[in-house]
Amino acid sequence: MKETDILVVGGGPAGLCAAIEAARAGARVLIIDDGLRLGGQLIKQTHKFFGSKDEYAGTRGFKIADVLLSELERYGDRVEAITNTTVTGYYTDDGVFGALTGEERYFKVKPKRAIIATGAYEKTIPVPNCDLPGVYGAGAVQTLMNVYGVKPGEKALMVGAGNIGLIISYQLAQAGVQVQAVVEAMPKIGGYLVHASKIRRIGIPIYTSHTIKEIHGKEHVEGATIVQIDERWEPISGTEKYIEADLICLAVGLSPLIELLWQAGCKMRYVPELGGYVPVRNREMRTSHPDFYVAGDAAAIEEASTAMIEGRIAGLCAAASLGYRPPDYEERLEGFWAQLERLRRGPVTEKIRQGLPKAMKEE
Amino acid sequence: MADEKDIVICRCEDVTLSKIRELIEKGYTTPDEIKRITRAGMGPCQGRTCRDLIIREIARITGKKIEEIPMTTFRPPIRPIKLGVLAESEDDE
Repeated sequence: MKETDILVVGGGPAGLCAAIEAARAGARVLIIDDGLRLGGQLIKQTHKFFGSKDEYAGTRGFKIADVLLSELERYGDRVEAITNTTVTGYYTDDGVFGALTGEERYFKVKPKRAIIATGAYEKTIPVPNCDLPGVYGAGAVQTLMNVYGVKPGEKALMVGAGNIGLIISYQLAQAGVQVQAVVEAMPKIGGYLVHASKIRRIGIPIYTSHTIKEIHGKEHVEGATIVQIDERWEPISGTEKYIEADLICLAVGLSPLIELLWQAGCKMRYVPELGGYVPVRNREMRTSHPDFYVAGDAAAIEEASTAMIEGRIAGLCAAASLGYRPPDYEERLEGFWAQLERLRRGPVTEKIRQGLPKAMKEE
Repeated sequence: MADEKDIVICRCEDVTLSKIRELIEKGYTTPDEIKRITRAGMGPCQGRTCRDLIIREIARITGKKIEEIPMTTFRPPIRPIKLGVLAESEDDE
């Protein structure tokens, strides 16, 4: 059985930053990640980030992963990372985690604290034939293209015009896939204007107030029928359009991936603005279970930029709770919160601002 | 047009939307009950696809809010592990 001060579950933007802060403070850290290499979703993000210099604005996602990994290397003597490994459970009776490397090796971990930075999973929608080969989560398609170099299809239909749907539509076009259309159920585009403009400029139509009614195909996706919807989300008959496609990408939202926090008995709240059930936490990103911290999409569906700062808060505070309290603790914590507030200021993050107070612990 | 009854909600265990609606109409109004009867959510993904859809369907039919519907129990392991792998683990203390 492995023992450590802090177990960080997930080596994406939140987890890497949590590990950096905790190790900087002096704690021993073990990162476990199910990917083949660290970086989480950053490693497939070829677009440039927004925000300010503090959040690596203007840098492409996969480059940010490199920056974080080299920052982590400074504390190499205190940090261990295990990849290709899933943390499979938490056992409340003895405070032990189980972990599975590949499908062959099972081992246990007993940390003093855990930071859950497991990210999110992609939501889906029930449509006839949604189980046909060729129907993917948009994030999965991005992984296929940008990590494994696989062209996922020839003609694509994107469902969802949030940032993920828009960015991946553009990247599909870059990979030589004909993007037939983007459909969005809301009356307006959810993602940033820059991303929407880019795909409009290359001639991809965006149908707002539209949904996918049915997917067609026998052995594989061959096309889909889309339909306009009214303000009560009812299909308007006569507005159906057939779109030929061998690839349907669903970018219809993400949900926090928090099985481990449920297992630990952490108090949860249903906050739709944040993606569904989320753990209740305080300003230290500590959950109702004193040994469990949370950061990133596992805490609320936001952006990689906020995930990185939440990770730093969780790492700093988890280390401090074990006695590794750096002399600049207070100003660092306040600085991170000021950064978060700055990032959450714009009109695009209004939902997040409404949702977050519901997830904070009343103290 | 494909029939609604053919919409697969749980891809791991092949459970359709019409099966889930039929059970809700019969009074099985928690995801745990539906899981026990149909195995929805008990496959390799452990409910990551179907759980939200089933809860939403229960809410729609019963008129309850999502937060009023009891969540399923999350038990370890969260992904399948072969019994032999557990038996061979060096961590058997």
